[in-house]
Amino acid sequence: MSTLSIVTESAGRYVHWGVVLISVTNLLIIAAMVVVFVLALVVPFGSGHEQATDQERREP
Amino acid sequence: MTTRTDSPAPGNTNDAGSWTLRLRSRIVGLVPAGQALPDRQPIYVASWIYVFGVLTLAALAVVIISGGLLAIGGVAWWHVSSLGLFVNSLHLWSVELFFGFMVIHLWGKFWMASWRGGRAMTWITGMVLFLTSIGAAFTGYLSQANFASQWISAEAKDGLNSIGVGAFFNVLNPGQMLLWHVVLLPLGVGALTVIHVVLVRRHGVAPPIDAADPSMEKEA
Amino acid sequence: MTTATGTKSRASTPRDKTPDSHDFPTRSYDLVKEFTIALVVVIVLTGGLAAVFSSPDEKSITMSTWANQAPNDLIATAAAELAGTSVSATYGAPYNTNSDGQKLGPLSLQKWGGVRLPVDSAGLVLGPLAAVSGDSTLSSALATWKSATADQQTKWATDYGDALSKAPDGDPTKVATGDYGPVPDMATGLLRLAKTGGLEGILTSSGNFYGGDQTQSLLLLSDGAYLEDQARARNLGGDQWGMMNETGNYPGQPWMWLYTFWYQIPPFSTSDNADAQVWGLMMLLTLLLMFVPFIPGLRSIPRLIPIHRLVWRNYYRRAARR
Repeated sequence: MSTLSIVTESAGRYVHWGVVLISVTNLLIIAAMVVVFVLALVVPFGSGHEQATDQERREP
Repeated sequence: MTTRTDSPAPGNTNDAGSWTLRLRSRIVGLVPAGQALPDRQPIYVASWIYVFGVLTLAALAVVIISGGLLAIGGVAWWHVSSLGLFVNSLHLWSVELFFGFMVIHLWGKFWMASWRGGRAMTWITGMVLFLTSIGAAFTGYLSQANFASQWISAEAKDGLNSIGVGAFFNVLNPGQMLLWHVVLLPLGVGALTVIHVVLVRRHGVAPPIDAADPSMEKEA
Repeated sequence: MTTATGTKSRASTPRDKTPDSHDFPTRSYDLVKEFTIALVVVIVLTGGLAAVFSSPDEKSITMSTWANQAPNDLIATAAAELAGTSVSATYGAPYNTNSDGQKLGPLSLQKWGGVRLPVDSAGLVLGPLAAVSGDSTLSSALATWKSATADQQTKWATDYGDALSKAPDGDPTKVATGDYGPVPDMATGLLRLAKTGGLEGILTSSGNFYGGDQTQSLLLLSDGAYLEDQARARNLGGDQWGMMNETGNYPGQPWMWLYTFWYQIPPFSTSDNADAQVWGLMMLLTLLLMFVPFIPGLRSIPRLIPIHRLVWRNYYRRAARR
């Protein structure tokens, strides 16, 4: 298994790991998306709008 | 036919054959009353994952506006003007944000199985939107009139020719590609977006998986 | 749990037990404010990213650049066009009938597209050369070419191409002696024309005043090695995940990751029909994802891996209390 290497060249910085060759920029973008997705799931939402007594419903 | 001075009641059966009436009924019936732009949402709509649809929509707006600004200057403008280059950068980065938000939105909708409850078409139109957006981005890359356009077209022609599509959709022809990019594909993305959002308003936001039916509980 | 009936938002499948969203208790939610905030956020993010990182704009490779940076490659390409051995000459549809092209299994999709963009590869050289005047060496070379039989033309050009590939650095001045007819003079003529900067104009406008269709210029350029060499130096080659990449450190197209992935691994990486096969596979996967709502097993994945319990944790907690 080839070791992970970061290739710096005038053509841009790339990460090379086995069959995977990905630009550092693209890797950061994908990592950021995963982080944002996880944060969206776990960070609490709402600032008190939610009221257990707010029972108004649309009449059918 | 005599003219009437009083206002005609909607659904007047005398005009049952009226195309206008039928079209209006269709339009009005697309979405339940008050749900086209509702000011209330079900209480389970309480997670940050829900904002990625509207973020995608907002990013699309910026993509279109920045693209329109580029169009004012024309194809060669951004190569010779620093303001043009900045506008081009706005267009590139809004596209990156557009795809980033859209994919996170897709991840969220998948793990929430948001196709439930008759929402299959919402899911499908979303998928078609994703693919159409890729096509729009692709024709954009072809329209840059620089090295990237040369290489992308040289490579892409092989993919498209291999399935016979290249005979009709010539990526080596910037005149054709530019018009697909600024006319046909934006119209497609726009129309699909409208359909997708109307479907969301029509069906409402999908309830939690295994949620108890409130209409049953009411009777309990 | 029974299915409610008669609601306009319901699918007709009897097993669908999803309640009507409109039956749930609601709370205030300002959609317009939400959109406005989203728009401001996106504008600020876009403006910031654009100001800090800008966007790439590597100048295109002109025929003149090609002629000056890689003259031997241009000469060899000219010979190949005349010999009918270049990539475009042996491509098949949509340019010519000299190959059946790629197949997806038994389906000759490429051929079925038809020759709707006819290109004569030898014409990519002969056309521009015919427009040159005041060059007597070139004129007599062209006259010699025209008066020869097709077989003789092919032999001259093929022999010259072979000799070039054997010469050190492909240098035309170091080519072994042989009978190459007028081909060396014609190739040199094309090189000189390219250096003037007029070559892509002749190919693109082709008698019209307005161009707009770069098919001929791009086919000639991509028949050479220089364009691809420049691309590969920037990790843009097909087997370098190039579809995802951009020049320099600019963001590319991360959403193309799966499409380009298949080209990196066997059997696609060594297949003559890789393009058609990868397209077929991606079409299948796309349809699977598109029709997930109807595919048993796939559509149950969200239930089996309950990430949704994070999304609706407050709802589930309240429902459990009742």
